[in-house]
Amino acid sequence: MPDLFTLWIYLRPFVAALALITFMLISAIFFVWLERKVSARIQDRLGPTRVGGKFGWLQTLADGLKLLVKEDIIPDLADHWLFRAGPYIALCGAYLAFLALPFGNGVVAQNLNIAVFYMLAVMSTEVFGVILGAYGSGSKWALFGGMREAAQVVSYEVPRAISVLVPVIVAGTMNLTDISKQQAGWFLNWYIFHDPFTFLAFWTFFTCGTASCKRAPFDLAEAESELVAGFHTEYSGFRWLIFFMAEYGSMFAISGIAVILFLGGWNLGLIPKGADATDLLGTIAGNVVNVLVFIVKGWVLVFFMMWVRWTLPRLRIDQVMTTCLRYVLPVSCVLLLGVSLWQLAEAEYLWLSYVNWLLAGGSIALVVLLLAKAMTATGLPTPTDLMPGAWPGAHPAAPTIAPRS
Amino acid sequence: MALQNFLFWTIAALTGLCAIAVVVTQNIVRAAAWLLFTLAGTAGIYFLIGADFVGGTQLIIYVGGILVLVVFGVMLTAQGPFVTMKTHAAEWGVAMVVGVLLLTVLVTTILRTAWSPPAEARMNDAANSVSSVRLGEGFLGFDRVAPAAALTGIGESEQVVHATGTRDAGQRPQFHERNRVAYLLPFEIISVHLLVVLIGAAYLARAKRRQGAAS
Amino acid sequence: MSLDVGLNSYLLLGALLFVCGALCMATKRNAIGVLIGVELVLNGANINFVAFARYNPAFEIEGQVFALFVIVMAAAEAAIALAIVLNFYNNHMTVDVDNAEELKG
Repeated sequence: MPDLFTLWIYLRPFVAALALITFMLISAIFFVWLERKVSARIQDRLGPTRVGGKFGWLQTLADGLKLLVKEDIIPDLADHWLFRAGPYIALCGAYLAFLALPFGNGVVAQNLNIAVFYMLAVMSTEVFGVILGAYGSGSKWALFGGMREAAQVVSYEVPRAISVLVPVIVAGTMNLTDISKQQAGWFLNWYIFHDPFTFLAFWTFFTCGTASCKRAPFDLAEAESELVAGFHTEYSGFRWLIFFMAEYGSMFAISGIAVILFLGGWNLGLIPKGADATDLLGTIAGNVVNVLVFIVKGWVLVFFMMWVRWTLPRLRIDQVMTTCLRYVLPVSCVLLLGVSLWQLAEAEYLWLSYVNWLLAGGSIALVVLLLAKAMTATGLPTPTDLMPGAWPGAHPAAPTIAPRS
Repeated sequence: MALQNFLFWTIAALTGLCAIAVVVTQNIVRAAAWLLFTLAGTAGIYFLIGADFVGGTQLIIYVGGILVLVVFGVMLTAQGPFVTMKTHAAEWGVAMVVGVLLLTVLVTTILRTAWSPPAEARMNDAANSVSSVRLGEGFLGFDRVAPAAALTGIGESEQVVHATGTRDAGQRPQFHERNRVAYLLPFEIISVHLLVVLIGAAYLARAKRRQGAAS
Repeated sequence: MSLDVGLNSYLLLGALLFVCGALCMATKRNAIGVLIGVELVLNGANINFVAFARYNPAFEIEGQVFALFVIVMAAAEAAIALAIVLNFYNNHMTVDVDNAEELKG
């Protein structure tokens, strides 16, 4: 009987893989419920309220059960093999990205030296699941949607990679664990506040990440009004669920990269530098705190993605490509140039390193201001008062129907 | 090491089978799909060998770039749903004979040549992977291998250097210690070359009138 | 040959991919099929480069650097080849290489 240590060495890969897929599934379950609640609240309704109590906690289970027992339809003209393989290729692409994502200090499946590069590389293979699924569906809606999808995802990978390079230049390493460790301490150390170029790089990365996850407002290829349902038109039941697990998985992976590169990773941001949660609370409790902080930050960014989806209208495909090639790509190139010059200038002008106080202070002030404005905003007058857009004198009473004479 | 052997043989077998499937299949889109698995298997081999950066580049450029380009090409030149162009049996026969001969020549050469003795087994744990650090330093012209190894091909055990991510210059080789060819300039040159080629390809493939001038 | 993985195993895999690519180039009638064969050949050669980088310390960096060069060059070549195939399709409405006989005789 080998001792516990060698047993752990052999079992560790399986345990890590199992833990990651469990996390991905639980996240997906949470996101489905969150999406329905967020979309409902933004649209001034309630969302799921029946299954599992007042807030519909178990709605996703009901959804999943429905999808599992749905009839598995494969169109006649479909290329059977490609049709079946498509969703799983997309899921593999999304799942493999979690391999290099550190959830805490040392809580990572594989501590790769080129973790960021690996994650971007693996997520770029997801587009192939979309293409094969679209082509294999044997339907023109699926094919058009899939090709537009592929063009959009592949185009947005370029500014995404350039935006990722900006904090990597500041950090000097592509190792995600080390990048997080460098942002320990007060939240001033987070790279988003490091210099204005990194600050803007966060927003460009978030935009490109949203586009490469095929989320709104870049989700034309999935739009119902334009293309029936795009590349997953012919997918029903379990296969559709796999596509959407892949999408939610890659949303969390993108958010995870953004959290680590820009928002301090697993660091709470309130513990002064030198101490870590593990020092203050012991190894297990400290790691649990780190993991929870990371997960919560990732979920907050995913919530932002959902918030943007249900707020902004959809872009046309030519607008999508214009945004990428004429706006985001040049901006990200300028940011790359700027941050390189900033790093060189920082060695000369030491006062530049205090810009993070300015940016952090400005951001906090902005957030506080917006929250205050949101809290104290008076609601719209009731419909029996003046409706927005009505001209003065428009009568708010019940409309009278002129009798036909 | 047993896990590594098992993994290598699994990934190599799958990659080889997918490569054979690329040749055998008649449908061009399925050939592209099998090529996807072959390329992914090759990337797995690179990761297994410890060449992380090359594996990542393979995934980004080959799978995420070239293969998408190939599939777009297939879609743009489609001639009806699932048209297959069959090869004559005679051509298959000749091709198989030539292929088997070529494979025999290659295999015999490989098995008979006494390659220089391999280095002692280095740790292949990716957590200790030094390859990306060494690659980066190699781009800049630093070398950790003692000069004798470059001549005889027999390495000496050297200390494993971990990338710590800190920026103190004391842990990095200094500029005056460069002692071999730096590959950064050729890399930049081929990047610019790739840009020029892509612009040329986009120009060549621009939409033209169907009837009329062939240029 | 023992089941231990050594340099020979990687070289054999590279040789297999190379031969499959060569066969693909020889037998496919679709021009894009020929291009797929070219990619397989380049991948086989790349595996050789990286295997030598791993098993011969003198080539530790060169092997991987040349593999990177080959990947980038393959991207360039694939783009040009596809542009040529698209032009051929625009002019002949087919991508069958057996129809590309205008320079014959």
